[in-house]
Amino acid sequence: MNVLLFLVPLALLLGALGLAAFVWSLNAGQYEDLEGAAARALADDDVEDARA
Amino acid sequence: MTMDVDFSALATRDRNGALRVELALDGMTCAACIFEIEAALKAVPDLVAARVNYADRRLSLEWTAPTFDFAAVSERLRRMGYRARPFERESGESAEREIARRLLRCLAVAGFATVNVMMLSEAVWLGGDMDEATRDFFHGVSALIALPATAFAGQPFFASAFAALRARRLNIDVPISLGVLLSLAMSVYETLTHAPHAYFDSATMLLAFLLLARYLDCAMRRKTRAVAANLAALRAPAACRIAADGAQNYVPLAALAPGDRVLTRPGERIPADGVILSGEASLDESLVTGETRRRCVSAGDTVYAGALNFDGALTMRVQAAAGDSLIDEIERLVEKATAARSRYLRLADRVSRLYAPLVHLAALSALLSWLAAGASLHDALVTAIAMLIVTCPCALALAVPAVQVAASGALFRAGVLLNSDDALERLAEIDTVVFDKTGTLTTPEPRIVNAQEIEPTLLELAARLAHSSRHPLARAVACEYPYAAAIEGAREEQGAGVVAMVDGVEASLGDARFCGVERDCAALAARGDASVIAFRHGERTAALIVRQSLRYDARETIEALADRGLRVIILSGDRVEPVEAAARALGVAEWRGAMKPADKVARLEALRAQGRKVLMIGDGINDAPALAAAHVSLSPIDAAEIAQAAADAVFLGEGLAPIVTTIDAARRARALMRQNLALSLLYNMIAAPLAIAGLLTPLIAAIAMSSSSLIVTLNALRAGRRRSDEPGALARKDHMHHIAVEKESPA
Repeated sequence: MNVLLFLVPLALLLGALGLAAFVWSLNAGQYEDLEGAAARALADDDVEDARA
Repeated sequence: MTMDVDFSALATRDRNGALRVELALDGMTCAACIFEIEAALKAVPDLVAARVNYADRRLSLEWTAPTFDFAAVSERLRRMGYRARPFERESGESAEREIARRLLRCLAVAGFATVNVMMLSEAVWLGGDMDEATRDFFHGVSALIALPATAFAGQPFFASAFAALRARRLNIDVPISLGVLLSLAMSVYETLTHAPHAYFDSATMLLAFLLLARYLDCAMRRKTRAVAANLAALRAPAACRIAADGAQNYVPLAALAPGDRVLTRPGERIPADGVILSGEASLDESLVTGETRRRCVSAGDTVYAGALNFDGALTMRVQAAAGDSLIDEIERLVEKATAARSRYLRLADRVSRLYAPLVHLAALSALLSWLAAGASLHDALVTAIAMLIVTCPCALALAVPAVQVAASGALFRAGVLLNSDDALERLAEIDTVVFDKTGTLTTPEPRIVNAQEIEPTLLELAARLAHSSRHPLARAVACEYPYAAAIEGAREEQGAGVVAMVDGVEASLGDARFCGVERDCAALAARGDASVIAFRHGERTAALIVRQSLRYDARETIEALADRGLRVIILSGDRVEPVEAAARALGVAEWRGAMKPADKVARLEALRAQGRKVLMIGDGINDAPALAAAHVSLSPIDAAEIAQAAADAVFLGEGLAPIVTTIDAARRARALMRQNLALSLLYNMIAAPLAIAGLLTPLIAAIAMSSSSLIVTLNALRAGRRRSDEPGALARKDHMHHIAVEKESPA
């Protein structure tokens, strides 16, 4: 029983961290262009930089 | 054809002092375009940032230096095959974006709370041998999660319910708010008194479900708006303004002010209302008045925005609205019609007006009858509140928006952009369809009508030559082979025609004298409003007849509408003879010509007085008041701006098939909405007696609530399914791209 007293708040804290991360990414505009974001992950712009 | 448009008027300055402008992009076909565009723009001097939004097909540019040269950007894009046009973000669009973000934030919080509270609740439900202390601990933690989460995520509902109550009305948010608040209050009380049942999970789950539906509804609307705004920006012509020193400069229409001098060339549309200073031309004013006969204008004449300059260069002075022009009259009529349109009471609101008092009365009578039966006040109250929780209209509130999202998504893919929220419900009710003729039943621009009689290779050659000219008649020829390559080295003689060497032989396209085939064309030229273009390649000649013709599927569409039991009427501003000819060709018995905008409104009023629900379809400036006055209205994408603004939906494509698709989709959507409402009422009819009998535990409430919401949502998804026999297969998404290319503004 006593173990619940800190495990439950700990679990909630982890969940709240996830929620905070989501709200942050929402405010940072990461959900403005979902189709583009999917494609940008595949961009090999870093490869070009290495060659240059 | 480089266009040096001065976009500084549309740039906005952000907090750091950087200038920003947003462009609608045309020509993006795949995600690789993102990298191509961004990489190419990296090399533009003074440009701080260029970022493509692929979902919205937009490009935003940011710069600080005053030396930044916009032309360098548009030139680079043009060379890569993209077309970019800046647009003013409508204030409505950014407000919508803010609302969508807020809903998503609320949804995230409600979702977080639901998942965690549900985890704790399940432990209580399933942990049969749980001791009381643990249960109270779990309930306490649930309260600590649910209370702040509801205070945050419930705001959209509480605010709307509060506003409705203050206006002494009931809307769906009143029973929702009441249910949520009561279940929380009772759960807190039960937790404090160490009772076994708490309903924190029901309250948060309800909010999560409803927020999801509202967010999806909002996101769908935002997407539709964004596409409509892009199309508008790509179509918006730039005006050629003449500065005091005589320099010519293309500016967006928004930058024009009264007193500016503007030059209009053949093939361009008049950008604003004004008076001609010099030059002569004949104008095609069909977009303004519906009249197909061209009007000759010269210095001193008044011209209206939207008229197509056919054959001369005009210099005009922009005039402010003086209060007595045609446009002022139209605007007054639109305003009057909009004000007269009674506020439409939506299906869900009608149901909730009945539902809310009914449920509240039932809860009250449950309370009283348990008291009368000798129960304690606490038990009687718990029963009444449980009744209110379980009848909290979750499924009822989802029933309509879920269908709305699925149906408007399907229509969006079929090329119909809905402007107003309740358009679908109103569309489902119509029994009469009123068409405008010019530009709606007929093509917005003249077309070749005798293409079948001409040898295809010759016609293709003529079309290639026509691609070098901006003249409206040449554009009609070019339309026959829209993707043919233009002939290199073509030379245009103003007002006469185009000439080029093809395979060592001279090819010419233009008026009969220019091509030396007067005799062949003389007979054809006598035929009414049609224009004749001659084409000659060596010894081979052709006479092309160009006129506004009926849209290719106009007849089938009218037949399909008649099959659905709809009464079809044509009301046109054009002269009586062409209207009669069109009506006869289409088999429409009821028609009227030579109607002024006010006459159309009066006719619609008369139909309304007979109890008819009218769908008005029109494109011209003169149709705008009628579009605003009708029960519901549609406009083609090439319609005048004021007409599109007055219409409830805009359809894309060359044909009229989307009209039938829209009506079918609306009728199907209404049937599904009714089914959904019936399903959710059925659920309440089962759950409410259980609650009144005192048999309802939080577990049963949670299962009943989520399953009814899921059933309603799944049923709604059927609105998005496409039937294989639908005519809408003709108008698909690729039209958006296609149209944007074809309607390229003449500049």
